[in-house]
Amino acid sequence: MAKSIDVSDLSIYYGDFLAVEGVNMTIRAKAVTAFIGPSGCGKSTFLRTLNRMHEVIPGARVEGKVMVSGQSLYDPTIDPVAVRRRIGMVFQRPNPFPTMSIYDNVIAGVKLNSRKMRKSDADALVERSLRGANLWNEVKDRLDRPGMGLSGGQQQRLCIARAIAVEPEVLLMDEPCSALDPISTSAIEDLIHQLKSEYTIVIVTHNMQQAARVSDETGFFNLKAAGQPGHLVEFNPTTKMFTNPDEPSTEAYISGRFG
Amino acid sequence: MNHPTTTTTTLVEPDAFAITADLTQARLPRWAVLLVGVIALGVAGLVTLLTGWSPTGGLVLAVVLMVAGFPLWSMVVEGRRAAADRLATSLVWGAFVVVLVPLVWLIWMVVSHGVSAIDAEFLTYDMRNVVGAGGGIFHALWGTILVTLAATLISVPVGLFTAIYLVEYGRGKRLARVTTFLVDVMTGIPSIVAGLFALALFVLIFGPAIRVGFGGAVALSLLMIPTVVRSAEEMLRLVPGDLREASYALGIPKWRTIVKVVLPTALGGIITGVVLAISRVIGETAPLLVVAGATDSVNFNLFEGRMMTLPVYIFSQYSSPGVVPVGTEGDPPGYARAWGAALVLIVIVMVLNLVARLIGTYFAPKTERRR
Repeated sequence: MAKSIDVSDLSIYYGDFLAVEGVNMTIRAKAVTAFIGPSGCGKSTFLRTLNRMHEVIPGARVEGKVMVSGQSLYDPTIDPVAVRRRIGMVFQRPNPFPTMSIYDNVIAGVKLNSRKMRKSDADALVERSLRGANLWNEVKDRLDRPGMGLSGGQQQRLCIARAIAVEPEVLLMDEPCSALDPISTSAIEDLIHQLKSEYTIVIVTHNMQQAARVSDETGFFNLKAAGQPGHLVEFNPTTKMFTNPDEPSTEAYISGRFG
Repeated sequence: MNHPTTTTTTLVEPDAFAITADLTQARLPRWAVLLVGVIALGVAGLVTLLTGWSPTGGLVLAVVLMVAGFPLWSMVVEGRRAAADRLATSLVWGAFVVVLVPLVWLIWMVVSHGVSAIDAEFLTYDMRNVVGAGGGIFHALWGTILVTLAATLISVPVGLFTAIYLVEYGRGKRLARVTTFLVDVMTGIPSIVAGLFALALFVLIFGPAIRVGFGGAVALSLLMIPTVVRSAEEMLRLVPGDLREASYALGIPKWRTIVKVVLPTALGGIITGVVLAISRVIGETAPLLVVAGATDSVNFNLFEGRMMTLPVYIFSQYSSPGVVPVGTEGDPPGYARAWGAALVLIVIVMVLNLVARLIGTYFAPKTERRR
């Protein structure tokens, strides 16, 4: 049930401060879309508007439209909690719940919403999600141990398992590998490739090679100048972005001649 | 040669001798501190004997000699920086001992005076119709437990919800700023004022000459609430925002996030804060004397009649200790009962503190390493 996302004329504010200006793009279903760009250009901010996590910050608001399967996300009748149930998110730093075991972390999304579930169903969900996150073999013997006891890479995969356990339609990933070593990174990239068949995935990354490896389409964000709002410079299939980009500034950034 | 890697390699080369020689520094031996201590004590003892000072004076002199002499010796042998370090260390240790002295002294006094008063009768009898020796703290013990429990039941919900509002909902809002300010003001309320407020409140509602245990609980909760708010607020703020966002991103509503993620994560600290707040108010005398009154009988009803509590018991036993039976020597019987009650009160506070620590470690977020 993966969904595509249509963004039109989206401007994002923190109070009076315009952070990102006039974004238009279509994020394809069952594909990986990567956002690249320098720090502070609004990639993460934009990502967070896609499941209404942006407004968790006081004073934050948006103008413009985000359409998911014909529904406007920022329509007053839309419940942000319901949006986040459908559009999951994985964060830069692994953040398993410290009071919960590995098992409880995985089913947190179900359990904390007090949805009734039989033990056998819960067991099956935990196994399915952990298998989906490539973590099952490593933790199957210690599901009752605290989630915080895992290594950083395992914790991040636990967070991915937790996110896919609520069966979202879209998975947003905010620099999911920036705190991880190359081996854990590669495990997560493999995982992204597998998840692509079922989910729409949007990933923010600082690692150009990673964007080239995992994504089907890439968006390049940049600041017009210091102090100016960020904007979407170019949005194209990844192969085109990395071989023959339309914009010279994209090429400059990708090839390392930034400025 | 200013590249860091080359510097480290130089140390193992032959000419490193010159460098390592510069790095060495004369150090006082480890027993130096003991030696200085013994000498300081010896000199101070000698002075005390020769001049006929009191032992306290001699002890103070010994400490001064120690704090002055040790850095001085260090200055001669080790140089300025080490001497400053020794001076600071001596001062910190000195301050530590100064703080510890009254605590140990107090506990020693209470234990040595109180332990002889405590027996089965003392813990199970009240003071009804007791003239002279005998009697006990049963009524006061239950009064303290009930009043403190009621005060806790009032303060914890109010304090916790206030803290939740301040941290989770009110951030940056005017109401939150005003609340924080008022809580700070409340922290400074003298306990007698809280007692008089509770008395005025109950007199207003129930008419004059009212004395009920519940009034005492209200007065104590006025003193507890700011402490609970403060500690709970600190603990909630310590919960990383990441966890809240992780929960929101799973489609969990804000109130469930607070109940199921934020509160459990902060639970250990909150319980510790609550128990510390209890041990702060459990020894309050003035407000209880004013509102809950004093009585010699057991009263289990918080809402009717006077209620004795341990601090008030200590106060009344000390202020009207009874008379020494004719023809015998010694203190009036009330003094021993006051010491015994004081010991029981201190034990209760210590047990509460221990329980708080146990709860704090038990509920602290678990990691693999801590198991």
